[in-house]
Amino acid sequence: MPKELLNKNDIDRALTRIAHEIIERNKGTEKLFLVGIQRGGVHLAKRLASKINLIEKKDIPVGSLDIAFYRDDLNIRKEQPIVRRTEISFEITDLKIILVDDVLFTGRSIRAAMDALTDMGRPACIQLVVLIDRGHRELPIKADYVGKNIPTAISEKIEVNLVEEGLEDRVILEKPGNDGVKKC
Amino acid sequence: MLNRKDLLGIKELEVEEINLILDTAAGFKDVLGRDIKKVPTLRGKTAINLFFEPSTRTRTSFELAAKRLSTDVINFSVPTSSVVKGESLIDTALTVQALGADFIIIRHSSSGVPHLLAKNLRASVINAGDGTNEHPTQALLDAFTIREKKGEIEGLKIAIIGDIAHSRVAKSNIYCLKKLNAKVRLIGPPTLIPKETKEIGIEVFHNIEHGLKDVDVLMMLRIQMERQGKGFFPSVEEYSKNWGLTSERLSLAKTDAVVMHPGPMNRGVEITSEIADGPNSLILDQVTNGLAVRMAVMYLLGGVKR
Repeated sequence: MPKELLNKNDIDRALTRIAHEIIERNKGTEKLFLVGIQRGGVHLAKRLASKINLIEKKDIPVGSLDIAFYRDDLNIRKEQPIVRRTEISFEITDLKIILVDDVLFTGRSIRAAMDALTDMGRPACIQLVVLIDRGHRELPIKADYVGKNIPTAISEKIEVNLVEEGLEDRVILEKPGNDGVKKC
Repeated sequence: MLNRKDLLGIKELEVEEINLILDTAAGFKDVLGRDIKKVPTLRGKTAINLFFEPSTRTRTSFELAAKRLSTDVINFSVPTSSVVKGESLIDTALTVQALGADFIIIRHSSSGVPHLLAKNLRASVINAGDGTNEHPTQALLDAFTIREKKGEIEGLKIAIIGDIAHSRVAKSNIYCLKKLNAKVRLIGPPTLIPKETKEIGIEVFHNIEHGLKDVDVLMMLRIQMERQGKGFFPSVEEYSKNWGLTSERLSLAKTDAVVMHPGPMNRGVEITSEIADGPNSLILDQVTNGLAVRMAVMYLLGGVKR
């Protein structure tokens, strides 16, 4: 049976808090650029932009990043990852990039995202937002802003459902069935 | 996903596979617009260009596509190789594979050569043009270019004009555009249009003025000068007069019609310079998009464990 970890309100409150934390830590919104990792991260980045706008009355640009070209598992996967659009339409050098993803797990997606971003320019810094940190890192990567830390077994599966994908907002934990395969 | 080792032709592709290649190419086109136009996606792989027929643009396009994906690429040039000493085709290919090739990109004057290699090799074989059979990456880049400009291919009136009978580009395009539900029509002299086309629901016009009416896309073909004097058309001048694309003729198509040509062009024969360099022309977009599409094909064939 899947277990609900966060409901609609929990997700919203977490994002509101993170929006405040981003503004506090960066002393405002100057040079901020929100970049969501396809697909869940893109929706969350847009939500954060509108929350920051409500607080600071400033428009923060939002971009999307697809990491398929930078993955380190292409040679061991049986299926090619679907390539989605990367929409970063301006120079990122000297910007403060707020990278947004739904779940932080092994850290390999974030490594790929950082490689992709540094190929596009030299940002002033990259800060990481994740809605869920489920542990089990395989690389020395840590989030700067976390919606909720959820200790998990490696065989469990976390699913972030969002209204933008036609689902009700919630985060669920699935216990392994017969296929306790590790998924990122 | 593209569950194939090889890309041999459009004929055997499912519509979903064509759309996957085009969607993936859009992602690679983003990369080509950046300062650093290279991604590490297929690093450590090796591609070999095995061209038994002259080609500049297709070979260069594949070479650059491989390099942009961080794949090492070798051009196997036929006149200087053992092929002139009589090495058989399969032996040449096996040798190339033994060098560690993951991709073999082949062009050959005989139809079916890529299929023969695909059966005998572990490497992914990509058909870069075989005889009068197919040139699948050209059709894919053409479809990508049309989609990019027009939004959707379904329902568009697309005319293919010229020497269709001898053209592998036309053949791949007909398969591809029919699968994507375009309304395809062929325009050219009866000697250069294959007989079987009428049976598969394609309109044929032997008068360019009639054929171009209300067309959305004009795909010109290169008139192959080597066919001159073989009874297909009386002379280049006569061909140009009857089938060449001029501004007057283009004005019969829709006002926002686009003009394409796979290159190399015979300016002043099948197309005037005014049109080739004019606002309706997508000829240079085709070249750029060719890179993105070839990167997508290599990624989809090679970016998995086999």
